[in-house]
Amino acid sequence: MNPPAIEVTNLTRLFGDFVAVDHISFKVNEGEIVGYLGPNGCGKTTTIRMLLGLLKPSEGKATVLGYDAFSQSEEVRLRTGYMSQKFAIYDDLTVRENLDFYGGVYGLKKNGQISETLEKVGLTGHETLLTRELSAGWRQRLALAIALVHRPRLLFLDEPTSGVDPNARRAFWDLIYDLSGQGVTILVTTHYMDEAEYCGRVGMMRGGQLLAMDTPGALKAQFVQGEVWEVYTGALLEGIKALSQAREVAHASLAGDHLRLIATPGFGEAGIQRLFQAARLELTLIQRGEPTLEDVFTALVKK
Amino acid sequence: MNSRLISIIRKEFIQLFRDKRMLALILVIPLVQLFLLGYAAVNDVRNVPLAVFDQSHSVEGRELLAAFQAADYFKLTYAVDSNDEMLSLLETGAVKAGMVIPPDYAIRLQEGRAQVSFILDGSDPTVASTALAAAQLIGQSKSTEMMQQKISRMGSTVKIQPPVEVLTTVLYNPDMISAYFMIPGVIGMILFAITAILTATSVVRERERGTIEQLIVTPIRPIELVIGKITPYVLLSLFDAVEVIAVGHFWFGVPIRGSLLLIGLACSVFLFSGLGIGLFASTIANTQQEAMLTVWMTLLPAIFLGGFFFPIENMPQILQAISYAIPLRYFLRIIRVLLLKGVGIESIQGDMLALVIFGVVIMSAAALRFRKRLD
Repeated sequence: MNPPAIEVTNLTRLFGDFVAVDHISFKVNEGEIVGYLGPNGCGKTTTIRMLLGLLKPSEGKATVLGYDAFSQSEEVRLRTGYMSQKFAIYDDLTVRENLDFYGGVYGLKKNGQISETLEKVGLTGHETLLTRELSAGWRQRLALAIALVHRPRLLFLDEPTSGVDPNARRAFWDLIYDLSGQGVTILVTTHYMDEAEYCGRVGMMRGGQLLAMDTPGALKAQFVQGEVWEVYTGALLEGIKALSQAREVAHASLAGDHLRLIATPGFGEAGIQRLFQAARLELTLIQRGEPTLEDVFTALVKK
Repeated sequence: MNSRLISIIRKEFIQLFRDKRMLALILVIPLVQLFLLGYAAVNDVRNVPLAVFDQSHSVEGRELLAAFQAADYFKLTYAVDSNDEMLSLLETGAVKAGMVIPPDYAIRLQEGRAQVSFILDGSDPTVASTALAAAQLIGQSKSTEMMQQKISRMGSTVKIQPPVEVLTTVLYNPDMISAYFMIPGVIGMILFAITAILTATSVVRERERGTIEQLIVTPIRPIELVIGKITPYVLLSLFDAVEVIAVGHFWFGVPIRGSLLLIGLACSVFLFSGLGIGLFASTIANTQQEAMLTVWMTLLPAIFLGGFFFPIENMPQILQAISYAIPLRYFLRIIRVLLLKGVGIESIQGDMLALVIFGVVIMSAAALRFRKRLD
């Protein structure tokens, strides 16, 4: 078996007294898509910067594709692609000029590989457009093309979909699946919970700590203890109040036009009905729901 | 050349030529400076406006006036009828000098004891001191002339000669034209300002846009990034230098007496000081505005202490000492000497050495800091 694409042990980074990344350890195998989920400022970007050798770890060790992330960063960078939060695009250059530049910087012989990369991200035919005139979705594709132009084996995507519309986000994830199908390992950070569902495994990060890392299914099974119920009622706010008073209800919240709650197994439909009757609230419908990664995150944060 | 370096240089050139307004500014600014300093910043005192209160109404009075007008130091602008009127003209600044010829001027002249009074506006010392010297000189030569006439009328053929005559020769700029002093200075200022400002802002722009992070994860080496980024600005600055020298020579008539090769060499060596300061500023600044102001902070002392307007020899000791740390000082001396005197390398080698040392020091300091910021 190949060595892991990324292996991180007790990785820590301090900025003065502030602990940005706090003794995290994880492994990413070749060909995986691993999501890194957490709120802004939780240490996701700092982790990626350490993996690329942009920042020196204060403690711990990171190995990327078998190389030490800091002391052998040149080797790492040759084989990895990086798409940063701020898309690293020159606004006053055209699509093609941007890619030609980065291609040249990697010493690529012209044309073949660059056209192929454009094709891959779906920008063929738009080569002569000035980048500042592109929509956010297209800028995102160009930034991905820049990260891909030298055919890396491992791709770091830092909040690649922030500020991009849902359609473009969906299309972007299709691209990521294609890349994964070609054997590229992907580590992607996001603060969109729904996006994390697309990943093979998900790491949950908060306050510099990696709280858990596993497949979305396993995370839900392990951390969401209870049954998820969806309750439709005319009295949403009073409903939350009534539900929250019950000891069996772990968490009740508003979910658009209905209420969502996690209750201990056995409490069931009957338990919810009892609560509503006691509070004299009308009930339209009760049905079982699916746990989400948001539930996992909430549960982890509570622990 | 490796493909990384070529890629950076090509990218910088594309960006440079895409911003047409910026390019136009870079090419036009030297011309604006040249014409401003060639025409407006002129110390030569000519045509000082003069008011005359001639109370004598005599032929002799008019002769004196003609003598004042003959030299183009003064221009008779007003003939007034009272002292008050003259003073109010001086007060409003309509004239800078006034002359009062008394009623008994012609009679006194016969007696050989004539006096005229000359009043000067001293608020601009440059104008006043030149006008004063000119007025005394004109008065003296007029009286020598009149004495000569008197003696000839008495039938003598003796020529009057002052006992000591100082024969003056002004070398290199015999007509003492200010532009010959100013225009070589413009070359220095432009080379310095353009390279420093453009280098600083172009590096900081990468940081502002976040592209620097992407560049660091590519195989580019810091030295390649620096050389690649400054190459277009080096070429552009040299083009500006050629532009200023050409216009200075063909329009303003500034002589080019030294070898063009030496002038080119001096400009190239001096460029490194500007580039070094620009790069250094880029390691301090986080935004383009900060970069611009940082460079500006070095530009003002350079202009005032480097001998651009005022001779360094007249400055207080402490400022003279500071001026040794200003590269423009050495370059201004070199370029003025090369253009006006046409001497060889032997008389500028000290200044050249100083420029080389400054360039090496500032570039190394910038490179050291630059590397740290990339880590």
